[in-house]
Amino acid sequence: MSKKEWPLWEVFIRSKQGLSHKHAGSLRAADAEMAINNARDVYTRRSEGVSIWVVESANVVASDPSEAGPLFEPANSKAYRHPTFYDVPDGVSHM
Amino acid sequence: MTKQEALFEYVLRKADDTLILGHRLSEWCGHGPVLEEDIALTNLALDLIGQATELYQYAAEVENKGRNEDDLAFLRLEREYKNVLLVEQTNGDFGKTIVRQFLFDHFQSLLYERLMNSADEQIAAIAEKSIKEVKYHLKHSSEWVIRLGDGTEESHNRVQESVTDLSRYIEELFYQDEVDEILIKEGIAADTASFKEEYYNNINAVLSEATLSLPEKMWQLDGGRKGVHSEHLGFLLAELQYMQRTYPGMEW
Repeated sequence: MSKKEWPLWEVFIRSKQGLSHKHAGSLRAADAEMAINNARDVYTRRSEGVSIWVVESANVVASDPSEAGPLFEPANSKAYRHPTFYDVPDGVSHM
Repeated sequence: MTKQEALFEYVLRKADDTLILGHRLSEWCGHGPVLEEDIALTNLALDLIGQATELYQYAAEVENKGRNEDDLAFLRLEREYKNVLLVEQTNGDFGKTIVRQFLFDHFQSLLYERLMNSADEQIAAIAEKSIKEVKYHLKHSSEWVIRLGDGTEESHNRVQESVTDLSRYIEELFYQDEVDEILIKEGIAADTASFKEEYYNNINAVLSEATLSLPEKMWQLDGGRKGVHSEHLGFLLAELQYMQRTYPGMEW
């Protein structure tokens, strides 16, 4: 029997309507439909979600950790880019 | 046979089907072919045992002799279990487990669709609650049948062998006797004859997509509904009942 493993999939779960999909983890599955089934069993057993996305991990393009400096550090000293100078009215959730 | 006796027997039969199949699936815990399937199979087991709990509770209530759901699940003898033979068959390889599940899920789905309209409110409620679980089981097992059947030569041959072997237990799913007749008249039970053709159409559609087929003719076995089981049930019950037999009344 071949020892070849199934491809790896990244799983994204939307926990409720109106929120965005969040990365939940990864798993192995033979194809997209089975990946959805497996994600349902592995990540939504306790009603964690209302929607699932799966993406083959090979298709994810990631930033290079060695470029973290040029990519992220210039933002560090620019506090005025953060919307922290406003009062958020009570009753506004998910901000 | 009174209506109450028939109702007890009917609910008990359905409860035993789900408990025994759930127990069989639980044997996969820690042994699944991959982590994801290990979790999937034990999820199915939990769903089925959950359905069994509700059915046993109701059966105990109908019987009204002071027994509870645990007494019914753990403290009966082999001949008192009324599940169909299909569900007690051993797990075999993953393909065989999937085929057994596939043959059962298609039946259960059509049955629960009808029981949702049962004149008995409790049965209708249990069916309505369970149907979503059953529809997912059906999707899971059908997709696997297609992938294994239309997969490699080895997976095809193995799963075809399981289809041939297990096909001898299909007709028993539709078994009916006095119990069913009494309750069909009352609008409580579903007449299995009314959806037998649909069942065969449904499973054949999936099997043909999977490049598999049912054998032309297969000797059909039955007896489960009367408590006459294959040699496998006794061993299963020995494990299932061990704790309650060894430490009577134990709770945890």
